Amino acid sequence: MRRGAWEDYQKDIADDKYYYARSCIRQNFFPGSEKAFLNIVGRDLGREVFDDPLHTSCTGIGYHSDIVPYETIMTVVARQFSLMHEAGFENFISSCITSFGIYTEILNTWEEFPETEEKTRESLYKATKRELYKPKNLAHTSDVIFHLRDEIKQRMKYPLVNHLTGEKLRVVEHIGCHYAKIFPKRGIGGSEFPYVLAGMIESWGGDVVDYPERRHCCGFGFRNYLVQANRGYSIANSHKKLESMAPYRPDFIVCNCPGCTMFLDKWQYTIAEMEGTTYGEAGQGIPVLTYEEMAGLVLGYDPWELGMQMHAVNVEPLLNKMGVEYDPAAKYLGPNGKYIGKPLQSVVNSSRGNTSLYDIKK
Amino acid sequence: MGKYYDMLCHDVRFREGLKACMNCGVCTAVCPAAEFYNYDPRSIVNTVQSRDDDAIEQLLKSDTIWYCGQCMSCRPRCPRANTAGFVIQALRRLSQELGLFVFSEKGRQQLAIKRTIGENILKTGYCIVPKAISPDMHPEQGTIWQWIYDHDTDIYSMFTPSYRTQGAGALKKLDDATMEEMHRIFEVTGGNDLFEKIESFSEKKAREMGYDGADDNYMMDTFTKNSDTEKQ
Repeated sequence: MRRGAWEDYQKDIADDKYYYARSCIRQNFFPGSEKAFLNIVGRDLGREVFDDPLHTSCTGIGYHSDIVPYETIMTVVARQFSLMHEAGFENFISSCITSFGIYTEILNTWEEFPETEEKTRESLYKATKRELYKPKNLAHTSDVIFHLRDEIKQRMKYPLVNHLTGEKLRVVEHIGCHYAKIFPKRGIGGSEFPYVLAGMIESWGGDVVDYPERRHCCGFGFRNYLVQANRGYSIANSHKKLESMAPYRPDFIVCNCPGCTMFLDKWQYTIAEMEGTTYGEAGQGIPVLTYEEMAGLVLGYDPWELGMQMHAVNVEPLLNKMGVEYDPAAKYLGPNGKYIGKPLQSVVNSSRGNTSLYDIKK
Repeated sequence: MGKYYDMLCHDVRFREGLKACMNCGVCTAVCPAAEFYNYDPRSIVNTVQSRDDDAIEQLLKSDTIWYCGQCMSCRPRCPRANTAGFVIQALRRLSQELGLFVFSEKGRQQLAIKRTIGENILKTGYCIVPKAISPDMHPEQGTIWQWIYDHDTDIYSMFTPSYRTQGAGALKKLDDATMEEMHRIFEVTGGNDLFEKIESFSEKKAREMGYDGADDNYMMDTFTKNSDTEKQ
C-alpha cells in the first residue's frame, strides 16, 4: 500500500487548553469516568481543561431518533461553540461519540452548504444574542487520552498484563460507529483501521483481540433502544458481537462510546437472566470498561473511585488478574463509607451461567 | 411526478446522501437493521431515486423507514459516496412534517420518543437523567440500576459536586438563563413546531383508532406493543 495514504488518517490533536463538553449517557452511567478524565488530564498531566457549568446536551439522541430537526441541533451546537469562545478556548473536546459525530457532521455541512452556517448564525443570534465561533481543533476525549498515552505509560502502576502469569491481557476494543464511520478522516486510523483504543492498549502492555464482528454496531440503534417495543434489535446486535468475540477469550472489553459501554455491559446482564448464557470465564460475564477506567486502573486509581461498582458485570476478575490493590468490602459503600445497601444478585455475576466458550480448534 | 423528491431535496442531508445509486447492495450487506428486520436500504434508495410519488408516499407511510438504527455503517462502504442513513433521516423528517408517520405502527412510536427524550431536553437540558430511567420501563438495566436509582443522591455525589444542583460537574442542574436559551433555540429553529406536529397528528390518529385522544394509554401502547408478535 502507498504509505502516503496513511497521512489522511492521522489526526491533529491539541496538546492543551481544552473546552470539555460532557455526555448525557456517560454522566448518567459512568460519572466516575468523566471525573477520572478531568483528574488524569488536568491534575496528573497538567493540562488545562475547562468544565463549563453552562453547556447543555447537544440533543444528539433526540436528533438521531428524529424528533430534533437538523436546524435545531445545529443551533444548539453553535451555542456550545459560542460558550467555548466566551470562556477563552479554541479546542473543543467531547465526552460522547454521538456528539462527536454530530459536531463533525455539522462542521462539514457548514462547509459544504455555507447557507446553513449563515442560517445557523442568524438563528443563534435571534435566540440567544450570541455569536458563532468555530473551534480551531475538535477531538473526542479518547483522542486526548490517546495523544497522552506515553505520558500515562511513564506513570503506569499496573500494566495490562496478568500479574500471575506474565501474559498480556487480551482486550476487545469497540470504537463506536459514529467515531469514524460518518467522517473516517476525523478519526485516528479512519473507519477501516481505527487505532484510538488499540494504541492505548498496545502502549500499556495489552494485546488487541481481532474477531469477526469487531466493527459491527453495539446495537444502540437510537429509536431501536429508546422504544421498549424495539429493543430486540438492540440486544440482538450486542448478542452477535458477544458470540463472535467469546471464542477469543477476552479478559475485558474497552469502549470508546459511553452508549456502547452501557449496552455491551447491560445486555450481558439481560442475556444471562433470559437464557443463563455468559461470555466470560468461570460462568461470569466479560467486564466492560470505558477508556477512562482503563487509563485510571493503569495509573493506580481505586476502582470504586472510578465508579466501576456501577457496572452490571463485576470487574473483580480483571482487577485480580492485574494485581490491583482494592478493598472488596468497600464496593457498594456510599459517601464517607456510609452503608446504603447492595444490588440484588444477578446471573451474570453468579458463576452459574452456561458459558458459551468453546474450543475454536474443534 | 417528483413532488416528494423535490421536497426531500430541501433537506441538505438528502442532497449529501443521494448522488446516484447503482444498486450494488453493499449498504444492505453491512446494515445491522437488515439483519434484524425485513429491511433493505438498497431498495429504499432505489425507490427514492425513481422519483415516483406513489412509491415514495408508500414509503413515507410505511414501517420500513423506521427500522434504520442510524449507525451509519452504510456510509463508508458505498462505492458511490451515497449514505442510505441520511436518506432515511430526510424521509423521516418529511413523514413527520406531512403527518404520514401515523399510518405505520413504527412511525406512531415517534410520540413516545417526543414525550420522553424530547420533554427531557426541554425540562432538564439533557436527553436523559437518572430519574427518567425508571427500572419498570427498563428491566434490562438490571439489579445494579435499581440500586443506583434508589440511592441516586448518595451514589452520584461521590462523582460529581453538582448532582441536581447548579455549578460545574456531571448531571448539574442548568440555570434558568441557559434553559431559556435552549427553549428559544427550539422556538426559533422549528424544534417546537415539530413537537407540536407529532402531538397533533398523533391526537387525530389516536381518536381514529378508538382512544380518547393521544393520552397515556395511547402513548404507552406505541411504546410497548408490536402487533406482529402479538398475533403469534
